[in-house]
Amino acid sequence: MSLDFDSARLPNRDLTEEHHAWRTQLRRFIDDEVMPHAAEWDEAGDIPAWLWTRAAALGLLRLGYPERYGGVSDGIDIWFHNIVNEELARLGVGGVAATLMVHNIGLPPVVNFASEAVRERVAPPVLAGDAHISLAITEPGGGSDVASLATTAVQDGDHFVVNGSKTYITGGMRANWFSTAVRTGGEGASGVSMLLIDADAPGVSRTELDRKQGWWASDTATIYFEDVRVPVAQLIGEREQGFKVIMNNFNSERLAMAVGMEAMARVCLEEAVEWARERKTFGKRLADHQVIRHKVAQMKQRLNATQGYLQLVSQQYEDGNVDAGDMALLKVQASETVEFCAREAMQILGGAGYIRGNRVERIYREVRVNAIGGGSEEIMRDLAARQYRF
Amino acid sequence: MDKILVGLKRVVDYNVRIRVKTDGSGVETDGVKMSINPFDEIALEEALRIRERGEASEVVVFSIGPSDAQQQLRTGLAMGADRAILVEAADAVDPLSAAKVITKLIEAESPELVILGKQAIDNDNNQTGQMVAALWDRPQATFASKVELADGKATVTREVDAGLETIEVDLPAVVTTDLRLNEPRYVKLPDIMKAKKKPLDTTPIADFGVAPDDAFEVSEYAPPPQRSKGVMVEDTAALVAALKDKGLI
Repeated sequence: MSLDFDSARLPNRDLTEEHHAWRTQLRRFIDDEVMPHAAEWDEAGDIPAWLWTRAAALGLLRLGYPERYGGVSDGIDIWFHNIVNEELARLGVGGVAATLMVHNIGLPPVVNFASEAVRERVAPPVLAGDAHISLAITEPGGGSDVASLATTAVQDGDHFVVNGSKTYITGGMRANWFSTAVRTGGEGASGVSMLLIDADAPGVSRTELDRKQGWWASDTATIYFEDVRVPVAQLIGEREQGFKVIMNNFNSERLAMAVGMEAMARVCLEEAVEWARERKTFGKRLADHQVIRHKVAQMKQRLNATQGYLQLVSQQYEDGNVDAGDMALLKVQASETVEFCAREAMQILGGAGYIRGNRVERIYREVRVNAIGGGSEEIMRDLAARQYRF
Repeated sequence: MDKILVGLKRVVDYNVRIRVKTDGSGVETDGVKMSINPFDEIALEEALRIRERGEASEVVVFSIGPSDAQQQLRTGLAMGADRAILVEAADAVDPLSAAKVITKLIEAESPELVILGKQAIDNDNNQTGQMVAALWDRPQATFASKVELADGKATVTREVDAGLETIEVDLPAVVTTDLRLNEPRYVKLPDIMKAKKKPLDTTPIADFGVAPDDAFEVSEYAPPPQRSKGVMVEDTAALVAALKDKGLI
C-alpha cells in the first residue's frame, strides 16, 4: 500500500457509487480548472469571477440547498459535503476554498431562518455564483464571545438602524449581503438578533484586511455600519433569537473545517512520502532512514485517529444527534493533526519545502487560520468541557 | 436520426500506475481506480453533442464486462445517455467476441450510428470497431477527429499517419474516435443523482451465444523492462562523443 492522498484514506463503508462519481468529477474539475492556477491566485490574492459560475454549474455551490432555490438536495448526505471539503483542501490553497465556498456559512441562516421573500431574493443568485453572501459576526472588540457583541440595531418604524463594525469577515470585500449578528435587545446572548444587510445600503463601508499569513487568495474585510437602515422584514429568524441561528451554523462549519484540515494533513503526508522516496542523503533514500520512517508513521497514526473520529462524528451529524463537545474537540484534533503533519512534512522536505509555490509550504502557512478561525482550539476545549458538564 | 449506440469499456484509470500481477496472469485491479476508457468517453460526448444539436433522439450506452461495469454505465448515464445495457461477462472478452456481441446489440437496437473508442487503453487492441463494421457489413470511419452528419451521410475527418483525411460514409456506420474529437464534459452533481433513476438493463453474455475466439490467446503479462537512468552531458561535443561511443552515430 502506498501513502498517497487516496490510499491514505481509511475505508468508509457509507460511500456509494454516487459519492465516488461526485469525487471523480469534482477532482477532474479541480485538477483541470483550479490546480494549475492555484499558486498564481494565491500570490495574486484573488480568484477569478468565472470560477464561481463554473463551480455553480458543476453543482459545487448548490450542494445541499433546497431545489426550489436552485440547490441540489435530493439524496444528498454529509459525505457529499465531506468530499467537497476534502477535494478542495487537496489543492493546498485554503484561500480558494475559503472564498469560493464562503456562502456555506453566510447562506444557511438565510435559507433556514429568513422570510420566504428574503430567501427567494438571496439564495438563487448566490447558488448560481452570480452574487455573494458573507457571515458577519466577529467584531474588533471580540470574536467567539458572541454574547458580548456591540453592533446595535435600534428599531425605527419598520426599519432597524444599525451601527457598529465587523472584522475578519471572509469574502467581505465581494459580498452583496451580510448575514449579520446585531444587538437589538439587552445585554448577553438573549439580546442578539440576526439581520440580512445589503452591502450597497447607504452607510455600509468596508476595507480590506492587511496582508495575512495564509489564505492569501481569500479576501477578508472589516465592515462598518453607520446609521444603516435595514427593513425589519430582513430579520433572520425571530428577533432576539440570533444566538440560536448562530449556534445552528457552528456544527456544520466546524465539521467542514475538520474535514479540510484532515485532508490538508494527508496532502502533507503524500508530499513528504513522495520526496522521501526520491531524495538521497548519506548514500540512501530519505525513506530508508529510520528517523524519517518514524515521522511518516507518526503522521499516518494521527491521520488515522482523525479520520476515525471524523467518520464517527459525520455519521452522528447525518443522524442529527451530534454532541457539540465532541464536534468542538474534533476541530481541535484536526488542527493539531494538520499542525503536526505540516511541521513533519516540512522537516522531511527541508529546503525544498521552504521555497514558495508548493502545497506543504502553503499548508504550513494556513495551519493557524484553521486552528483559530471557526473557534480557536482554546475556545473549543472550553466549550467541550462545559458541554461535558465539567 | 433515431438512435446512436456508444460503447463504454471499464478500464484501469489512466492516472494509475499499472502493476502486473506477480503470476503474470494480468494486471492488478484490486483496489485500483477504474474508469471509462477515455476514447469511449469521447465517443459518448460526441453522441451527446449530436443529440443536443437535434440530429439524434436517443443515445444508448453499453458495456461488455463485469457487473462492476455498471459504475461506468452510470457515469455514462450521468453524462447524459438515455439508457444503458450491460452485457455481463466475468472474464475478459477478446475483440472478435466483443464485435460479435456488439453486432447482436446492433441487430436488436438498429442504431443509425455506432460510436466506439478507437481502442481501449488496457490492451490497445484497436480492432473491435473495424470488426463490428465488417460483421455488420456497414461503412467505417476510424480515428475520427471531426464528425458532421447530413442527408444520411457522415463526413468524418480522420487522423491518419500522413495527417488528416476527410471521408464521407453512408449511414448507418461505425465511427471510432481519436483523442482530439472533443473534450468530454464535467458531469454535474444533479445529473449524477438523476442517473440512478435511468434504465440500466443487464444481460449475461451467454445469452448472446457467442463462442470465444479460438485464435486469440493471452499467454502472459509482463511489465516493460525498466529504463536505465539518463546521463547529463556538458555540451554538444560530449553528446556526440557519447553517441559515437555507443555506436549510435
